[in-house]
Amino acid sequence: MTNTPLFEAKQVSKRFGDFTANDAIDFAICAGEIHALLGENGAGKSTFVKMVYGVLQPDSGQFLFDGEPITIQGPQSARQKGIGMVFQHFSQFAALTVAENIQLAMDGSESISHLSSRIETLSQSYGIPISADKLVADLSVGEQQRVEILRCLLQNPKLLIMDEPTSVLTPQETEQLFAVIRQLADEGCAILFISHKLDEIKALCQTATILRGGQKINTIDSQTHSQKDIAEMMVGSAITTIKRQKQNIAAERSFTVSGLSRPADGPFDMPLRDIDFSLYAGQILGVAGISGNGQDELMEALTGEWRDPSRMMSMQIEGVEIAQLTPEARRQKGVGFIPEDRNGHAAVPSMRLTENALMTAHSAADMSQRGFVNQAQLAAKTHAIIADYDVRTPEADPMASSLSGGNLQKFVVGREIAKAPKILIVSQPTWGVDIGAAQLIRAALLKLAQSGSAILLISQDLEEIFALSSHIAVLHDGQLSARYHIDEMTPEDVGLLMGGASIDVAPAAEVS
Amino acid sequence: MMYLEKRNDIPTWVRFATPVMAIAITVMIGGIIFAMLGYDALKALSVFFLSPLSRADQIADLFVKACPLIIIGTGLVFCYRANIWNIGAEGQLVLGALGAGWVALSFPDSSSPLILIPMALAAMAAGALWAFIPAILRVRFSTNEILVSLMLTYVASLLIDWLVRGPWRDPMSFGFPLTPLYADAALIPPIIIPGIGRLGLLHWGVPVALIIAVIGGIILRRTLAGFSVRLLGEAPRATGFAGFRPNRITIAVLMASGALAGLAGAIEVSANMGQLQPNISFGYGFTAIIVAFLARLNPVAVIAAGLVVALAELGGDSAQIALAIPKVVTGLFKGLLLFMLLAGETWTNYKISFKRS
Repeated sequence: MTNTPLFEAKQVSKRFGDFTANDAIDFAICAGEIHALLGENGAGKSTFVKMVYGVLQPDSGQFLFDGEPITIQGPQSARQKGIGMVFQHFSQFAALTVAENIQLAMDGSESISHLSSRIETLSQSYGIPISADKLVADLSVGEQQRVEILRCLLQNPKLLIMDEPTSVLTPQETEQLFAVIRQLADEGCAILFISHKLDEIKALCQTATILRGGQKINTIDSQTHSQKDIAEMMVGSAITTIKRQKQNIAAERSFTVSGLSRPADGPFDMPLRDIDFSLYAGQILGVAGISGNGQDELMEALTGEWRDPSRMMSMQIEGVEIAQLTPEARRQKGVGFIPEDRNGHAAVPSMRLTENALMTAHSAADMSQRGFVNQAQLAAKTHAIIADYDVRTPEADPMASSLSGGNLQKFVVGREIAKAPKILIVSQPTWGVDIGAAQLIRAALLKLAQSGSAILLISQDLEEIFALSSHIAVLHDGQLSARYHIDEMTPEDVGLLMGGASIDVAPAAEVS
Repeated sequence: MMYLEKRNDIPTWVRFATPVMAIAITVMIGGIIFAMLGYDALKALSVFFLSPLSRADQIADLFVKACPLIIIGTGLVFCYRANIWNIGAEGQLVLGALGAGWVALSFPDSSSPLILIPMALAAMAAGALWAFIPAILRVRFSTNEILVSLMLTYVASLLIDWLVRGPWRDPMSFGFPLTPLYADAALIPPIIIPGIGRLGLLHWGVPVALIIAVIGGIILRRTLAGFSVRLLGEAPRATGFAGFRPNRITIAVLMASGALAGLAGAIEVSANMGQLQPNISFGYGFTAIIVAFLARLNPVAVIAAGLVVALAELGGDSAQIALAIPKVVTGLFKGLLLFMLLAGETWTNYKISFKRS
């Protein structure tokens, strides 16, 4: 790697108002190199790659391609220069075929049949099994991502940017993706790989550039540094890992769901198929699964946002039936809920923190008198959450939108845990939050379980499930697998279940 | 391309300075227009702005004019805060007038002012029922409440037209489309101030309007019900998650705003006309939409916004009378004033940038 870099950035800066998202970033990548771009949320990774792909324009600094200064006016100009990008949240038309979707994204006009044959050839040469005439609606998320990769490959990229590509994949699919990436690199394509999963970086990348707070911290050889070193460079301080301790699990079921089925709302939605599970006091049951396999539908059914009196199903907390209760009535029975989306579901950005606290506390006796909100009590409760969960706020009672994602999530999690629920149902508690906040949230969940509450942890982050759960089940195609003891499972086993295959491990015995 | 970007920290003085600036700019542009049309600009402006404020009785008339705007505007604030778009307050006002009129005409010999209570209740019930139609259609069939409530306005105006020309027409009206006069007890009495007597057209509906706006503000700001309304407007998904029922809130705010529009219609007829006729409203139901937005969807500010809009209306009237300025020109000036006020609001909350960020 002594030759001229294929692509270079020199002192590239980008500001949004008073906020500096990228501050004089230097970066270089050579042909055939797999280069990781690392950083926490908000470190400036997305801003940087958006400039490389022409979605944003830098305020100052310069890009060089093959040693020549270039300006990248937009994604089309980026593609013409040989820069491709696989987005984390790509959008495809579910009702169109693979070939039709790719044709829409291509710049020229190529006949569908010609394009289809090129897609098939390419997919064979890279070992990416995809048939061009399948409807996108019938593909899994991992397969849809392969379509995105094929779309980029059809344009013969010299530099391919991949934004957190493994976040929607099973461990097995991740391995397949890595094989494709290595093959591409061998053929001379430069890969800019964005991730925050350090084991993947270690497995795949030679070099890593670390961003923090919009500044480049270092470019390192990712093989000679330990994961802990790299993580500390990302965070800027020492890290303690959160790990599950032996959990004392009670013998009695505290929460039982049986016969939970729900029809799909639309042709592209996921039905729930006869879901049964029990939670025991002190237990954390992790529910793994790739997004879109029924997580949102399950959450809505558990919170009570979706109810159907005409269905035979049962949901009992300590023997009390709650299947027909509203979310607030369920909370009154001692169940807490933390949905995944803190922008307009678990929390409302355009309202103040006191109002966000009131959302899930309004039926508590001390919160209102004759319909009037008890402002003093509400403010006291809010400030207790802010203090106990280290929520950093710009003022005493700010708009939720003025908090960072991590701080708002700490508030949302704290709001529910502060009520000491007997049952806590939580989805993606650390999605998109910084490492510090994630550690605090995970520690708080473990502490709650240790105090005798039962937790259902729906997460797509396997590392999180393995760190916290005592048991694991997998949601696939709207069905929940049997419950397994976490110590008897490997990530590969879980990956097989996530992909719908069966495994050789005996399910955990029901305690009864 | 130009983009509007939300401003973050807006100093309090800017919020107060903006409407003053807006009025100043309106006066300048308005003066130029009056001068170009050959009127004495200074005189026209003083007639427009100062004469409605020059005497106590004229200020009282300003409140009378603002009365229905404040009542309806308060109801609309609740709808719009919940992201429910009731555009049919005009029709709900007419139905309210019909409800109150039906009670008043059923008891032509009533001598007790207590009849005003069933009149008010009937008006509110009729207005609420009229608003219930778009509400239930929206909740059950996901129809668009903007279209349904607006179209029902035309149904309402045809309904009153038919009643006053047909079944409810006064046989003694010599063929005019008028109902009999209400009994004196069914008229809202003027306010008599000790030592002064009557002040313009000031009647007891005005303090009712002010109280409604203040109570509306308290409900929206301080109660759980008000919180659920605001929550629905900000985030429907969070409303369900919080355990409120979005459909019930939708029906409640539509019916409440219909009830208030109905009450405004009853007060308007009973205080100022004393009988039903085909045209009982001067577009109050539509003008109140502007009032609600001018008040930034804040019920207490609806009082101030209602007075400003009433000033533009009365100023236009007096300019027509005193200077023979044509109605279209006064209309233009009213439009200019409202445009400037709303533009000033936008300017306060957003800044223009030429780059998307």
